[in-house]
Amino acid sequence: MARISMTVNGKARKGEVEPRLLLVHFLREQLLLTGAHVGCDTSQCGACTVLVDGRSAKSCTLFAVQADGCDITTIEGLATDGQLHPLQNGFWEEHGLQCGYCTPGMIMSAVNLLNDTPSPTDQQIREGISGNFCRCTGYQHIVNAIQHAARKG
Amino acid sequence: MATTPVLPKLVGERVKRREDPRLIQGRGTYVDDIKLVGMRHLAFKRSDVAHGRIRSIDTRAAEGMDGVEAVFTGAQLAKLLGPMPIGTPFPSPPHYAVAVDVVRYAGEPVAVVVASDRYTARDAADAIVIDVEPLPAVVDPELAMTGRPTVIHADFPNNLAVALVPSGTGVGADGSVDDTAVEKAFAEADVVISQRMMNQRLVPNAMEPRGVLAHFEPGKESMTIWSSTQNPHILRTMIAAMTGLGQDQVRAIAPEVGGGFGAKINIYGEEYVAATVSKALGLPVKWIEDRSEAFVATTHGRDILGYIDVAARRDGKVLGLRMRLIADIGAYNMLLTAAIPTLTMLMANGTYDIPAIRTTLTEVFTNKTPTDAYRGAGRPEATYFVERAMDMLARELKMDPAELRRRNFIAADKFPYQTQMGAVYDSGDYGKALDVALQAANWKALLAERDAARKDGRLVGVGLAMYVEVCGIGPSSSLPTGGWEHSQVTVERDGRISATTGASPHGQGNETTFGQMLADQFGVPLEHITIHHGDTGVVKQGIGTFGSRSQAVGGTALHLAGGKVKAKMAKFAAALLEAHEDDLVFENGRIGVKGAPSSAKTFAEVAGYAYVPVPLPPGLDPGLSDEAFFEPANNTYPFGCHITMLEIDRETGEPTLLRVVAVDDAGNLINPLIVEGQIHGGLAQGIGQAMIEEAVYNEDGQLLTGSFMDYALPRATDFPRFEMHATVTPTPVNPLGAKGVGEAGTLGATPSIVNAAVDALAEFGVTHVDMMLRPEKLWRIIQGGPR
Repeated sequence: MARISMTVNGKARKGEVEPRLLLVHFLREQLLLTGAHVGCDTSQCGACTVLVDGRSAKSCTLFAVQADGCDITTIEGLATDGQLHPLQNGFWEEHGLQCGYCTPGMIMSAVNLLNDTPSPTDQQIREGISGNFCRCTGYQHIVNAIQHAARKG
Repeated sequence: MATTPVLPKLVGERVKRREDPRLIQGRGTYVDDIKLVGMRHLAFKRSDVAHGRIRSIDTRAAEGMDGVEAVFTGAQLAKLLGPMPIGTPFPSPPHYAVAVDVVRYAGEPVAVVVASDRYTARDAADAIVIDVEPLPAVVDPELAMTGRPTVIHADFPNNLAVALVPSGTGVGADGSVDDTAVEKAFAEADVVISQRMMNQRLVPNAMEPRGVLAHFEPGKESMTIWSSTQNPHILRTMIAAMTGLGQDQVRAIAPEVGGGFGAKINIYGEEYVAATVSKALGLPVKWIEDRSEAFVATTHGRDILGYIDVAARRDGKVLGLRMRLIADIGAYNMLLTAAIPTLTMLMANGTYDIPAIRTTLTEVFTNKTPTDAYRGAGRPEATYFVERAMDMLARELKMDPAELRRRNFIAADKFPYQTQMGAVYDSGDYGKALDVALQAANWKALLAERDAARKDGRLVGVGLAMYVEVCGIGPSSSLPTGGWEHSQVTVERDGRISATTGASPHGQGNETTFGQMLADQFGVPLEHITIHHGDTGVVKQGIGTFGSRSQAVGGTALHLAGGKVKAKMAKFAAALLEAHEDDLVFENGRIGVKGAPSSAKTFAEVAGYAYVPVPLPPGLDPGLSDEAFFEPANNTYPFGCHITMLEIDRETGEPTLLRVVAVDDAGNLINPLIVEGQIHGGLAQGIGQAMIEEAVYNEDGQLLTGSFMDYALPRATDFPRFEMHATVTPTPVNPLGAKGVGEAGTLGATPSIVNAAVDALAEFGVTHVDMMLRPEKLWRIIQGGPR
């Protein structure tokens, strides 16, 4: 077992984990942050996306021990002081989700996208979220949602 | 006096969803988010081979691992759990949740481990050693029909699950077949088009894999089962039957469900096993499917081969249609498997008045994952076959594809229209949908644009397709579960409204649309309404969500239940206001006498009286709660027209979708924003089928596209912006006039895109190309050069 510590959504968290434990399972099973979802086992779907030191990362592709000492933000930590993040608002306003399973990862990827490209074109958005699958929406309302956030951000 | 705010009408408005605040904050509760004290985890050991006889299973290493509670082989489980039932009236071979002696597809479970956590469970499953004597596998349905190289189920010679079912013109209720009319149509035709078309196998791939948590409580003798299912009430019925419990002893809960697309209708072996193991051990047990498992263990869709013949006059009038269907259903019959291809036969007319139609259907076992419903379920197949054939006919006759279709439409004044396939189309105006689509796409300009691009040497094509759908399924005669839906509406003591619905959403937004309906019906704010669903402990009765039935059937039940409660509430209000109930208006959260708003009572005041009725008005019981079952007299038949433009790279063969124009008529709409989302999603899955998705098996029965590394699930970059338009033709089948929309997008997409691809390849003399449009396939056609 390995001892790890990291900052998760602004709070210092510690854990004792098997070296093989995936970060997503540490977040979900030990910290009970179930917003990051597991939608595949080959790092394609992006449902588990979180921010690691401010950059989007697929938390099923990291071991928890690799995140030792890191600053993690999950979907649960995105709203501040009870105010939804502009992307959360955008997804709500533009019907950017249906079943909601891909949504936390999609939003976290979009945070990264807008950090890099604050005023993206539709095509830049489509490329920016191409590491995240959504089977419900056909992506059009997701593109609208991210544009909404880019305008309001 | 403070003025009461005036509430806007919500039905028909783009109201943003009430489901979203929890989902966008990661606060939704899906099955895997639930933990119970003492919960154990299941992992399945699955067969690596597609067909074989189990010689032995060695579970000793697994059983010896720390944290392993128990291991069950198929033979051990079979003592606790019988073969699984199906939901169709077709004959079916025995199918155990965990294989007992023979495995028939790669991925079939052979043992299950119960362990303290999911990692240990997986390790233990991997430590199980199975010795299997390989048998020949068959993956080609036409080969399987010859009984070679293997017969998968001893009692089904030549692997025929359904030998041959005829339907259409001249087929009697007794199954007698008179081919005279069909043969005459073909004999008199100026032109006959014949084409073999494959509607390929697809993997549904809801983003949330399946999951189940079963909790049997010894002593209480009751079972609670959480499952990622589209229909918790059907799950309850089946779990009760299979575990020997009464339906009163089983509570099934569909919590947040991360998509279904038809693949979460079936009640699966893993659900039965979880319930059985929980009951046997007296422990809560959870199973969460890996994606790699989902690819082989969750039902697939489509996989229907069609031999299509169309007979027509030179003026474009279609005289006859033959459709010989061969459905590859995989290794077993699941809940609705055998019924899905019958919907392809049912919809053989498409939008056309075709005097003579003969369809036949054969269903074949192969060593593949079983099929069942997948978004559209039988109707996209019919649409694809008919609309491809119509396009081939137009090309043969050198006729505008829109004009050819117009000449064959069922006329708008012919509804309700009885087809010879057994459908009664409720309402329609196909010409109008075509007109709107042609105008929206600017058809003539589009063709000119295509022609100009061709002059530049580009391979650009335009495709058009009509569709008609079966939605709002359906009368109880059409479903073994019953085809009704149920709702209970309660005005609570504080004047707020609780409602239940048997429709069990997994992304459809019923909490919003049903809330909108009740808000308008009662004249109260949307915020005062809660819609409960997905829990048989709360929702007394229900069928579930499939066949685009939530709004048309479930919404109608809600509307009827609401009407009953409203009528009773009016009686209490009338007594309170000393007025006649017919003179009352419900608006802005109050009930008052028409024209005298100052007298109005709040909902809380009237409800308070109804629950403490002193004095009790004569003829009334206390309380404000009532329920309704709605049994539809017919299905609904939405329709539309889709036009696409596509370019194929001459150098690489890679197709790019340039435009998608969709005209959809779903009848009256409750929330156009949600409807748009539903159509987008359907389009995406239809485009996926046309262009990039395909479940590919090798001849040994191994799924070669068994992960997202190999199976091309569409990404955001795969689509242009969809151009959405609508016509509105209400249905007379329900008082809402709503038809249903969940599957529509999958129908128009495949034929319009393949029609566009064939158009793009016209210079090479191509008349048909099978889906999906793999660049290599198109490149070969291009390399073949002009003919």
